[in-house]
Amino acid sequence: MSDQSRHIVIVGGGHAGGSAAAVLRQLGWQERITIVGEEPLLPYQRPPLSKQWLSGEATEETLWLRPEKFYADATIDTRLGLRVTRIDRAAKTVTLSDEVMLTYDYLILATGARPRKLPLPGSDLHGVLELRTVADAEALKAALTQGARLAVIGGGYIGLEAAASAKSLGAEVTIIEREARVLARVACPLLSEFFETFHRDRGAVIEVNAQVAGLEGEGGRITGVRLGDGRVIPCDAALIGVGAVPNDELARDAGLSCDGGIVVSLEARTDDPAIFAIGDCTRRPLPLYDRMWRLESVPNALEQAKQAASAICGKPGPAPEVPWFWSDQYELRLQIAGIPFDATDIAVRGSVAEGKFALFHLGADGTVLAVEAVNASMEFMGGRRIIQRRKKLSRAQIEDMAVSMQQLAA
Amino acid sequence: MPRITYIEYNGTEHTVDVPVGKSVMQGAIENNIPGIDADCGGECACATCHVYVDEAWLGLVGLPTPGSQEASMLSFAAVTQPDSRLSCQINVTQAMDGLIVRMPEGQH
Ligand SMILES: Cc1cc2nc3c(=O)[nH]c(=O)nc-3n(C[C@H](O)[C@H](O)[C@H](O)COP(=O)(O)OP(=O)(O)OC[C@H]3O[C@@H](n4cnc5c(N)ncnc54)[C@H](O)[C@@H]3O)c2cc1C
Ligand code: FES
Repeated sequence: MSDQSRHIVIVGGGHAGGSAAAVLRQLGWQERITIVGEEPLLPYQRPPLSKQWLSGEATEETLWLRPEKFYADATIDTRLGLRVTRIDRAAKTVTLSDEVMLTYDYLILATGARPRKLPLPGSDLHGVLELRTVADAEALKAALTQGARLAVIGGGYIGLEAAASAKSLGAEVTIIEREARVLARVACPLLSEFFETFHRDRGAVIEVNAQVAGLEGEGGRITGVRLGDGRVIPCDAALIGVGAVPNDELARDAGLSCDGGIVVSLEARTDDPAIFAIGDCTRRPLPLYDRMWRLESVPNALEQAKQAASAICGKPGPAPEVPWFWSDQYELRLQIAGIPFDATDIAVRGSVAEGKFALFHLGADGTVLAVEAVNASMEFMGGRRIIQRRKKLSRAQIEDMAVSMQQLAA
Repeated sequence: MPRITYIEYNGTEHTVDVPVGKSVMQGAIENNIPGIDADCGGECACATCHVYVDEAWLGLVGLPTPGSQEASMLSFAAVTQPDSRLSCQINVTQAMDGLIVRMPEGQH
C-alpha cells in the first residue's frame, strides 16, 4: 500500500467499529483502515458481560469479535487505549489523545454510548458500579460472592440480566426501580409484570415506585441505598443501570448535526459526506416506522456498519431490517422484533403462565408493529417477517394456536 | 486441525482450518468469510449464521432436533432448505475434516 492510498479512520473500537472494519475488507476495500479505540481491548461483544461473563463461561478471547491475528492478516491498524479528541473537517484530520494527527479520506464515528450517571450523594463510594465494559464487568463479578448483597438501581434489561446472573451466583439481590414497573421504558405492562413475578419467584426483592435519595457508606465503602421514603436497603455493592447516553460530543464539537445522537441517513452518513456514524451513538431513520430513533443493540450496530461500508465501497446497502433485540434472564429468552410505536392493542399468543408466549402489538388498522416473545423463537422469527411485510392480522387470528405461525406469516 | 470449506452464494470458496471444539460459525467469523453474519454471536437467537450442509456430510453433521430452538429459528430464516443448519450450532469435530457448507443468498 502506498502512502497515496486512501485512509478510513474508525473512531471507537466497539461492536460497530470493529464490525465496520471487517465488513469493509469483505466488500473489497483494500486501502488503509485504522481503528482508534479508547478501551485497551480489541473490539469485543458486550452482551455476554451481563450474562456468561459473570457466570465465568466467557473469557476475553471468547468476547472478541475477531481474533487478534485477524487485524494483522487484514492489515487493520489498531490504536488502542487512545481517544480521538478533535475532528478538523476542513483539513480532514483527527487528533488523538497522544497528540498524533491522522489524515482521513473517510471517517466513521462509532463512539457508542456510556452509562447515565445519577447525581447522587455517595456516588464515588467504593462498591458503586456500572456495567458497560469488561473492566466494569470484572468489578461486578468480583463483588458477586456467595451471600453478597447487591442492589440494582434501575430495572432495565442490563439491570435485570445482572440481577439474574447475581442470583444464580448465590448473591442476594434487590432491584430498585423509580417507575411503577420494571422495563417501563422498553416493554409493555404485561411483559413487565411477567418479569417481575419471575424475578421475585427466584428470590429477588423488587422495589417499584422507589426514588433513590442517596448512597450510604462507611470508611469509603457503600453500605446501603437510601430511598426517598427514608428506608435504607443494606448492600455490599450497588449496580447503577439507568440507561445510556450517546457519545456524540466529538461530532457536536465538529459541527455535525446531533439530536440526542449523531443524525445519520440510511447510508449511515452524517451531514458531512466524508463522515459516517454507526451504532449506539447515532439517531437514524427507521423506514418501517417513518421516524428517527436511537437504537442500542448489536443488530443495529451491525446493520449500520454494513450501510457505511457499502456506501464507501460503492455497493448497494443492505435491505432495511426490522429492529430487534434479545435478552437472557435465567432460563428465559426474550426476543423482541419491531417497536410498538402508536400500538393500540395487544394479542397474546401462547401461555403466560407456562412462560412460553408472545405479545403481538397491533396498530389501529391491525398492522403488526412489534412482537415480544418469551421462549417462543418461532413467534419471534415469524413476527419479524410479518412486521417486515407490514401485514395486518386480527387479535383472534394471532391468539388461535390452531393457526400455525407459518400460516400467520404467509 | 479439521479443514472446512465455505462456499459463498456467488461460488467463491474459502477453505480454512477450524479448531476442534469451535463452531462452524466461529470458523467463518474468525477468518472473516463473507456470507455468515452471526449477529447474536452464537446464542441461537438470530438465524444469521444459516448454511446448507453438503449432502455427503449431512449424515455426520445431522439435522436440528425437531422442536429445538434451532429448528424454530430456522423455520423462518431466509430461504431455508431441507439441509439447512445454523452454523453456530454445529460443533467441529475431527471427523468433520473436509466438511463443505454453502451459504444462502442472504441472511436477513
Ligand atoms: C451489559 C450489556 C449487555 C448488553 N446486551 C445486549 C443484548 O443482549 N443484545 C443486544 O442486541 N445488545 C446488547 N447490548 C447493547 C450492545 O452491546 C450495544 O448496542 C453495542 O455494543 C453498540 O456498539 P457500538 O460500537 O455502537 O458501541 P460500543 O460497543 O459501546 O463501542 C464504542 C467504543 O468507542 C469507544 N470510544 C468512545 N469515544 C471515543 C473516542 N473519542 N475515541 C476513541 N474511542 C472512543 C468506547 O470506549 C467504546 O469502546 C448490551 C450492552 C451492555 C453494556
Ligand atoms: S449466530 Fe445467531 S443463531 Fe447462530
